[in-house]
Amino acid sequence: MARVRASRVLPGFGLSLGFTLAYLSLLVLVPLSAVIMRAAGMSLADFWQAVSSPRVVASYRLTFGASLLAAAINTVFGFLLAWSLVRYRFPGKRIVDALVDLPFALPTAVAGISLTALYAKNGWLGQYLEAIGIKVAFTPLGVLVALIFIGLPFVVRTVQPVLEDLDTEVEEAAASLGAKRWQTVRRVVLPALLPALLTGFALAFARAVGEYGSVIFIAGNLPMISEITPLIIITKLEQYDYAGATAVASVMLAASFLLLLAINGLQGWTDRRSAKAP
Amino acid sequence: MRSGAARFEANAATRDPAWVKATILTVSLGFFALFLLLPLIAVFVEALRRGWDVYLAALAEPDALSAIQLTLLIACIAVPLNLVFGVAAAWAITKFDFPGKQLLITFIDLPFSVSPVIAGLVFVLVFGAQGWLGPWLSAHDIRIIFAVPGMILATVFVTFPFVARELIPLMQAQGREEEEAALVFGASGWHMFTRVTLPNIKWALLYGVILCNARAMGEFGAVSVVSGHIRGQTNTMPLHVEILYNEYQFAAAFAVASLLALLALVTLIVKTYVEWRSAEVEGRGETP
Repeated sequence: MARVRASRVLPGFGLSLGFTLAYLSLLVLVPLSAVIMRAAGMSLADFWQAVSSPRVVASYRLTFGASLLAAAINTVFGFLLAWSLVRYRFPGKRIVDALVDLPFALPTAVAGISLTALYAKNGWLGQYLEAIGIKVAFTPLGVLVALIFIGLPFVVRTVQPVLEDLDTEVEEAAASLGAKRWQTVRRVVLPALLPALLTGFALAFARAVGEYGSVIFIAGNLPMISEITPLIIITKLEQYDYAGATAVASVMLAASFLLLLAINGLQGWTDRRSAKAP
Repeated sequence: MRSGAARFEANAATRDPAWVKATILTVSLGFFALFLLLPLIAVFVEALRRGWDVYLAALAEPDALSAIQLTLLIACIAVPLNLVFGVAAAWAITKFDFPGKQLLITFIDLPFSVSPVIAGLVFVLVFGAQGWLGPWLSAHDIRIIFAVPGMILATVFVTFPFVARELIPLMQAQGREEEEAALVFGASGWHMFTRVTLPNIKWALLYGVILCNARAMGEFGAVSVVSGHIRGQTNTMPLHVEILYNEYQFAAAFAVASLLALLALVTLIVKTYVEWRSAEVEGRGETP
């Protein structure tokens, strides 16, 4: 009962909560509800036609497929990078650690043109890749490269703190019981990191699905081949097909909500597993 | 951090064999160099490919200058708005108990999980010619979409959670006792906030503002949807980069891009400094 009284001792409850709710509603919730209401106002046949035309379906396949693959690649390499940053000493570590966040800070359009320049036919990497028959820029492979770039920090920054807080005693116990190093990592360390790895995977995937800026420069944007779903929305808007754009956007929103729920669940699991004080 | 890794390397139970360490370092740092370092370096190399004269000329060009101006203007409006919101939201959420708190936190995070393109689209649906308020706005000759106000709204939307989500976990961990003590000793509400709360949260606040600012200046997708793409009027720096790039003016595009890359580097430096400072404060708090 002391808690309840104490919580009202501090001033500004009504003001801060009122402002928060008003600001949130006006700038986020009401505008977002416009998509849902607009989509709900369409006839089912129109809606279905807009979200299931072959070109749109091809874009779902590319967007979700490339995002899944990029998130999977980032989970593997992001784990190795987090492991290196936590467990090893090496020169330049502070710089590497700071630069891992680059994709959070670098505008996506800058990343897009830079990756395109690297992987184009005469680019630093493109010239060698094309010599052995691999085309990256202006193909679905280019989409994958851009999505790997923007997703990497999500995995590293989710796994790194959990790895840092991991109790070394369990590894010592495993070693003293005669486990080989590899067995210890596979049976003891990896299971403890699993929730963090899955959370990082889901965060990278969720970000990749909605990504636009870094992808459109390198993708080439060929309908049915290298056209992502966010670009479909923009194209429909530019043709004044507001209903079609809204319908496709509502499909993406639904996917985002499901991912958000999954991520919230995974994060709760991570926190419980690593038993960190809130 | 360095001492942390030394701890693992000194312990036989957590030490990896030398060849494993060498392999993992080679693979992970190779991946890092290929996907993060190389794109960063490429921006500056491409920007200076035709020399400093072309570089500086591209930045001094009137359209580039007006893009820089508009980018600064949008950030100067969007960042303070979200700063005030972030502090208010964190105050309400961490200092009081009320039902639906978890839902509120989820809603605040929402803009992060929405595609930037959809963030632009929602404002077209509200304020556009065919939108909810479209007829009223055009009757009163107010332009929001394809004009600067729409770009500000879209930027506020995508940068919405940054400050709040930095503050909430920190203020939750700090609890309420210090503020309550200040009030017991007779401080006014404003005094309590500026003398007790603000010093406690200043590093997290700065960090949130820095990230918010980087995103506000660099946002592309959302702003692109609501911008009129009119040179010298509704072009921000990222949009200007796109226009130059699509016109095959690569050196100029990379010149403007290099300013944004510099902004990203400054952001990362400040972020590293802030983390270092707050780790130091934490370490000092633990010793007594």
